[in-house]
Order: sequence, then structure tokens, then C-alpha cells
Amino acid sequence: MSWQAARVIETRTETPRVCTLVLDLADWPGHRAGQHVDVRLTAADGYQAERSYSIASAPESSNVELTVERLDDGEVSPYLTQVAGIGDQFEVRGPIGGYFVWESSVARPLALVGGGSGIVPLMAILRHRASSVSSAASDVQPAALLYSARAEVEVIYRREIDELAANDASLRVTYTLTRAQPNGWRGYDRRIDRAMLEQVLMPLGAPPVIYVCGPTAMVESAATLLVSLGHSPDDILTERFGPSGIGEPA
Amino acid sequence: MRNIEELVLDGNAAGGMLAQIFLPEMTRARVTCMHCASEHPLGAARLFDAAGVVLRCTECSGVLLRVVDAGDRTFIDLTGIRRLELRMQEPTA
Repeated sequence: MSWQAARVIETRTETPRVCTLVLDLADWPGHRAGQHVDVRLTAADGYQAERSYSIASAPESSNVELTVERLDDGEVSPYLTQVAGIGDQFEVRGPIGGYFVWESSVARPLALVGGGSGIVPLMAILRHRASSVSSAASDVQPAALLYSARAEVEVIYRREIDELAANDASLRVTYTLTRAQPNGWRGYDRRIDRAMLEQVLMPLGAPPVIYVCGPTAMVESAATLLVSLGHSPDDILTERFGPSGIGEPA
Repeated sequence: MRNIEELVLDGNAAGGMLAQIFLPEMTRARVTCMHCASEHPLGAARLFDAAGVVLRCTECSGVLLRVVDAGDRTFIDLTGIRRLELRMQEPTA
């Protein structure tokens, strides 16, 4: 696996802090839902910085899309979210990872628990599921998404997630906004806790495979709660993001 | 200010670096900790980026693996791993 040039062919603003880069890669072997790439930037003086970013697009997509949250004191994300434009190039290595990966052939219920930009690899899983699973099939496995964000404006992919849920009776989507809620908000209004996980996962019936991704503190708290609810540690797959926002996890 | 806990990533983020060293995909490798004998996928281990990359056991925080990239040479310390179970083939999609 070697570094190759990635050329930006489209950018999309997702939230005030988050944007999606659509990349053209000359030599891409295809990826699996949940995998990431390493991005390497090289400064004029030769200084290099590398960071990992989850792939947001489904394996079925013709391009690789990265959704990146800007960290104000970051070395790579300010460039990717504020500077990189159509035609710009940087180096990419991937796809990477075989642990935090979901295949549509897994014949078990699916639970996704995301915090902040931890939704990104979960979105690749949801998109892969939508394009490979027919919700009309009699053997379709149910899926649930629990997505925690600080405020409504920070919810990434809101419209697409709501459309997926509206068009698929086997998918249930639940949001929790931990810091600010709009008037009339009908989702949860607190950090992910035991009762919330129980309510979200209960309707799945059989024990699900659970993917948890977000800030470190959120992931470790959710994983511990899930074990205390009786889920097998082998059924809980985790991916911790580094800092998310400043000082406080989502 | 951030504290060190907020800068923790995990073994998933080390996947690209490990792919330069090991032939099998390493984030799904199952690792038995030398310190506490628990067994987990390497992707779930806690990652600390210090003078090199350090992966620590998610249960007991004992050091599992250290990798130092020194330019033309790479140093790998595996003394924290009692056993490594590798899948030699990726499942076909």
C-alpha cells in the first residue's frame, strides 16, 4: 500500500465546521464500509503531517468521499476544510482497516452509535446498507442509529439520514442533542446513557452487532454501558476519534 | 486545554502504519495482552502517539506494542503481546 495523489473534484459544506471532499484517485482498489485513509500533507520546507480520515462514501460509490471536521489547532483539518478546493491535490494511502468494517452479508441486526464526526464511518455503513439491502425482503435485518451531537446545526448528513429512515421501515434513527435543542425538539436532550442505549437497541430483537464511533470519552462510556447491558464485548466494535471540538467531547 | 485522554486514538488509526510492516491486515488481528491476559482486536487497543507509536491494552493499559520510525530503520517492540492471532486472508465481500 503506497501513497498516491488524490485530486479534489468537489467540496460540500456539511455544517459550519465540517465539509466533505470528493476525491479522484487514479489507483483505487475499492473499499469496505467503515474503512479509512491516511492523508499526508507536505509543506514547502518538507515538513509532513499525517492524519487518518474515515471514508464517508459507500463501496458502491464511484468516488471516494472524506468528511472532515475542522479542528482549530489541527495540522491537517484546517487545510482540508478551509483551503483545499477543486483541482487541489494531496497524498492519500488506503483503504485501511479490517476491524471496524461492516459487510451487508452479516445476517444480524445492526446498531450504530455515533458522536459528532464519529458519524462518518457509520454513514458509509448506512449508505452501503441502503444500496445492498432491500427493505422489502423478508429476511432484512433491522438497524438502529443513535447519533449524538451538541446542537442541531452540528448534525452532519441530517437530510440524507432522515430520508434513509423515511424510506426504510427496517431502519430506526434516534438523535440526541446534548447542549442545545430547538423548540419542539422530539429527540433526546442529554449525553448517551444506559437507558437511552437500552431504548434504542431493544426493538432490534436479537443481539445486534454494534459499531460505536466518536470522541474517546463517549466511545469508552458507551462501550462500558453496552457490556453492562449484557452485550458481548466481541459484538461491540469501537473507533475512537481524537479531539472533537475544543475541550469537551460531543 | 486538552488533557492527554482527549488525544487518545486507537489501533484503527495505526492500521496504515502497520500495513507498511505486516502482510496481514492488522487492526483485526487478535492480541493477547502479556500483562492481563485479555484478548482483543488490535484495532480496539488505545493508541498514544509519543516518541513513536504506542498501543496499550484497552483493559489494563499495559503496553502491547511500540513502533519507532527512525527514517531508514523501523524498531518494533512486541514484548507486551503474549500471542498474536492473524487472519491470513480477508473475507471475500
